[in-house]
Amino acid sequence: MAVGLTLIFGVMRVVNFAHGDMMVWGMYLAWMLATRAGVDPYVGFIACAAALFALGWVVQRLLVDRIVDAPHEMQILLMLGVALVLENGALVVFGPDPQRVRSPLRAATIWFGPVFVDVARLVTFALAMALTLALYLFLTRTDLGRTMRAAADNAYGALVIGTDVRRVYAVAFGIGAACVGAAGALVSPILPFQPAGGLSLSVASFNIVIIGGMGSLPGAFLGGLLVSVAESMGAVFLSPSMKELVSFSLLIVILLFRPAGLFGRTTT
Amino acid sequence: MRWLAAAALAILLVLPAVLDSYAVTVFIFIFFYAFLGQAWNIVGGYAGQLSAGHAAFVGIGAYTSAVLSVQAGLTPWVGMFVGGVLSAALGTVVGYLGFRFGLRGFYFVLLTVAFAEVCRIVTLNTDAVGGALGYYITFTGNPRQFQFQDNRAYYYIALALMLAATGIVAGIERRRFGAYLIAIREDEGACEALGVNTFLYKMLAMVVSSFLTGVGGTFYAFYLFSLQPNAVFGIPLSVEIVIRPIVGGAGTVLGPILGSFILSPLAELSRIYFGQGGWSGAHLIAYGLLLIAVVLFLPQGAYPALRRLWGRMPAR
Repeated sequence: MAVGLTLIFGVMRVVNFAHGDMMVWGMYLAWMLATRAGVDPYVGFIACAAALFALGWVVQRLLVDRIVDAPHEMQILLMLGVALVLENGALVVFGPDPQRVRSPLRAATIWFGPVFVDVARLVTFALAMALTLALYLFLTRTDLGRTMRAAADNAYGALVIGTDVRRVYAVAFGIGAACVGAAGALVSPILPFQPAGGLSLSVASFNIVIIGGMGSLPGAFLGGLLVSVAESMGAVFLSPSMKELVSFSLLIVILLFRPAGLFGRTTT
Repeated sequence: MRWLAAAALAILLVLPAVLDSYAVTVFIFIFFYAFLGQAWNIVGGYAGQLSAGHAAFVGIGAYTSAVLSVQAGLTPWVGMFVGGVLSAALGTVVGYLGFRFGLRGFYFVLLTVAFAEVCRIVTLNTDAVGGALGYYITFTGNPRQFQFQDNRAYYYIALALMLAATGIVAGIERRRFGAYLIAIREDEGACEALGVNTFLYKMLAMVVSSFLTGVGGTFYAFYLFSLQPNAVFGIPLSVEIVIRPIVGGAGTVLGPILGSFILSPLAELSRIYFGQGGWSGAHLIAYGLLLIAVVLFLPQGAYPALRRLWGRMPAR
């Protein structure tokens, strides 16, 4: 999920506050597919990603495009508006009760020596890894991916050599949204979800991205690992309800001393 | 303009005599959120430092005066200033860290959110102030304890708060301090190059803003009589605080008031009409749409646009 945010921010320097809410929509789409059509979320995530890609594209084309050169503050406010609409749209459509998708994989467990892992988590993890890798390869090996990085580095320069920067932005935003859509669908069998969770998911993913380094894919991945490890340690050593405290404190410290993140290059 | 303001004030003063209790409540919320928006306006509007964690200051002010009143019997009339001072202390810390380390734009937003969230989680886990159950004040109706039988007393207090904050903001705008803040918002580098101590003025703005917001916390506590960490420190309250000045016009004296007169009744109305049957999020959808519209079409807010529309007064 943080990977998608990194892509959007890295390419366009636009902060997507609606990130968590897009993820919640991904979860609900997976839930609808599972309950109405009987599609397992581990298959349905592709459809969710496609739907979210469309949503991301539309948001970019219709809204963000108009203010991509405006001050950061305006973009933050705009995305906050989008977040409010998405979150409460979900509340109106799906109701406030937490939901959970049942997957047959959820019941199965595998023993790895002394520890046992349930298959659902394992599959989620493996697919998330695969998606991250695919995205990384896409960005470094394909023409469109290279163009995206070029536009991120120097939008004006990219424009000069004949790139349709606006289209690249729209694709980047779409892919970013598709990543969260897929991520949402993939974790829907593991985590219960509800509309109100969007904002905290957004904050959590900012957390990961900032800690890992804005605009760096490996950073986002390592940041994700770091934050979850730190949170679990916090849960063990302090108390389960204090675990968020650890990641927010971590965030404050990183913001102050290493605003580019642990793995980011220093750019302004 | 001056007598227009006087006429508006006169109407607001006599209004409770004709309104029913529910309408008075709506006005109380209009004034209260205008007050909070005005406080935010100093640092967010004039100085251009987008704080998205102002709920933290409301929460600290609210908890401070409530705990002092219940545990130590200190009257909230004094407690509100203690709460304000404590909020200002947190504001100093956040401002010092944010400004000293040069966090701008999005990074500053995140810093303020992170601090508010830390406050929320700590309060949630502190059993001495009720923890997740919340903190409750027993209603006695004693004016010395900031408790009134009559809704109209709260009406006048909220009105006074709003007017006081507006007076402070107007005063700041007219002085050199205000000019510095606007200059910092427009071009901080140039401002610094001209020898303005931008750090100092941003700090001052933050301290004044957080102090006022903390004072507002007392009103919150003794109007609602219950404090929930998720409500008082939560991100949604911060959004409520930020959105009014933005819609009305950040960095203008009347913007937050205008914004509150637009948004607070809107929130109330949609709560009445959509409150039941799963439509509880409707007013926030309206907020979101309005926010998007304002950013796209009226980036300076409604008040400057209105001014241009009238085209009579020279823009200040």
